[in-house]
Amino acid sequence: MTLGRYVWTRLLVTAPVLFGVTALTFSFVHLLPGDAVDAIIGFQDVSPAVEASIRAEYHLDQPVWKQYLLWLGDAATLEFGESPITGRDVAATIGRRLPATLTLGGAAWLLALAVGIPAGIVAAVRAGEPADELGRIAALAGIATPNFWLGLILLFVFSVRLGWFRVIPPDAPLASLAMAKFMLLPTITLGTASAALITRLLRSSMRQELEAAYVRTARAKGLSERTVILKHVLRNALLPVVTVAGLQLAFLVDGAVVVEQIFSWPGMGRLLVRSILRRDYTVIQAAVLVIGVAIVIANLLVDIVYAILDPRIRY
Amino acid sequence: MSDRHPTTQRGRIRIVGFDDAVADQQAGDRENDDDDDTIATGPIDSSTTPGETTTETESEPDRPRRRLEDAWRRFRRNRTAMAGLGVIVVMAVLAVFARPIEVSTAEVTITLQPFSLAPYDPSAMFVGPANAPPSRAHPFGTDWAGRDQLSRVLVGGRYTLGIGLVAVALALCVGVPLGAIAGYFGGWIDEAIMRLVDVLYAFPFLVLAIAIVPILEPIPVLGGGFWTVVLALAVTGWIGYARLLRGEVLSVREREYVTAARALGVPDRTVIRRHVVPNAVAPVVVQATLNVGTVVLTAAALGFLGLGLEPGSAEWGAMLSQGRSSLVQGRWHITVFPGLAIFLFVLAINLVGDGINDALDPHRDVSDERRRLR
Repeated sequence: MTLGRYVWTRLLVTAPVLFGVTALTFSFVHLLPGDAVDAIIGFQDVSPAVEASIRAEYHLDQPVWKQYLLWLGDAATLEFGESPITGRDVAATIGRRLPATLTLGGAAWLLALAVGIPAGIVAAVRAGEPADELGRIAALAGIATPNFWLGLILLFVFSVRLGWFRVIPPDAPLASLAMAKFMLLPTITLGTASAALITRLLRSSMRQELEAAYVRTARAKGLSERTVILKHVLRNALLPVVTVAGLQLAFLVDGAVVVEQIFSWPGMGRLLVRSILRRDYTVIQAAVLVIGVAIVIANLLVDIVYAILDPRIRY
Repeated sequence: MSDRHPTTQRGRIRIVGFDDAVADQQAGDRENDDDDDTIATGPIDSSTTPGETTTETESEPDRPRRRLEDAWRRFRRNRTAMAGLGVIVVMAVLAVFARPIEVSTAEVTITLQPFSLAPYDPSAMFVGPANAPPSRAHPFGTDWAGRDQLSRVLVGGRYTLGIGLVAVALALCVGVPLGAIAGYFGGWIDEAIMRLVDVLYAFPFLVLAIAIVPILEPIPVLGGGFWTVVLALAVTGWIGYARLLRGEVLSVREREYVTAARALGVPDRTVIRRHVVPNAVAPVVVQATLNVGTVVLTAAALGFLGLGLEPGSAEWGAMLSQGRSSLVQGRWHITVFPGLAIFLFVLAINLVGDGINDALDPHRDVSDERRRLR
């Protein structure tokens, strides 16, 4: 199968999933108990005429499937309306929050790769030696540490006790030195578990590759161990790491929800939690939809990248 | 292989997994209880004909138990895994004996467990000064309401262990049958189940749980709190098991013993329950063990965010929800102890999960050999 055809088949499979994601997001709000109008008017006493006009305005007088299609049409054009709680435009709110989360998540991911890949290589090459044991324990500890706990401890030690960092973000644009400095602690908090997962994954996949015949051939023809590991083994061993990149994204989003809360980071996670606590359903729906669609698209991209790197899976 | 005659093929069925020494010795006392350690995916089928029963008693009953014994032997030799198991057992014992457990109806109160390791009632306020650092009277200090932190950490284990185990068990009850059915039957059933799994996979675990909690919260039967969190985590947790088991079943269903069982007219339900699932479930067991850790972390994150459990519950994550403001004011002890408890438990679960993985994978050497041939 050529790459082009593979991409098309992947797109065909993705379309119904994307559709399901929107349907599920829509039904979250409709499964919520209580009348949506009550949530909008905040349980005030209003005349039936006003109630009817609200119903008409939000299309609540239509059958559910029609409401869904109307909502889907609006969502496709990024038209989420205004939040009945804050009165702000939802699309604009998300547009403001998304870059903050993407920056934090991207930084954490880079950190995870920068730590996880070298650590994984060392652990695999020195399997059974103290360095490997140390790496194994450190990776397990990284997975087992609750990210909110790690965040709180880092905040306490470096911001409260030592005073090296601010406790809340500085009032500066996202791309500024002050912000970059502040981002260090949240990035470490968010990236630790991912780094641990990458280390473990790369260690086991490299140990498998090291057994392969081509490694013996490469060594036999006199290549230096460094070349064998970095040029031959690592390239093949990284494939499983690519496969889990989509899962890693979901993992980072989960982490961001908590980490943003601790460091008062103005991102999607904080927006989501605040909206849930305020029962601001318009924002919840839009935020969950953006996250779901982003992950579906990311998984599609991962599959395509994987097919480019490893032509065998295009079968 | 290609020139097998039909009659020799029928003979093979009886030879696969057939161990006459063990079978002879145990056939008598096994006939009735051989279902104990196979994973049941449906009600026990009572309509099996005598012919099938004979085949199964000859070839199957001693296999799962021996396999488990072997695995346990390998597990016991793994020192770090045993240490993890030890930590879990100690924490479970501490949680159970932290406060007396009583079942009370209108007239009678039955005490199931009279011991009380925790010095104070975890929800009793002002048993000491508020926000006190650790001292002899309160080894873990007290929180903002003067509640004894040691008692709260001990009792908090009940929430964490309970949520972790029950949520994973429920998720397995959904994920294993659905994954087995999808993999075994294929076709449109497979498509329907797996597309649903794909859709749910688009939402991160915690985000999905956060979105589900407000839907479940007002259902009165759930009593708010514990069961809300358990259900939210089970609803989001089953997809992983379904996907993993389906993949395994796809390869297991092509094996000869499955074809043989089907050729003999064994009903699909029995084939899945007796032959397919027991041979495909090992990776799911490993995954489920490790997931207890993930579920505990997510439950604690929900508690930390103030979702699910009532505020002020002695759950480890919920105890940390006050942690940020306390820390900024320099009170480290409120954060450190509950967090340490979560960390220890999840670390122990991961050690055990790794141990089970190694114990259930006896063919490691074989597959290493195969890899060397590549």
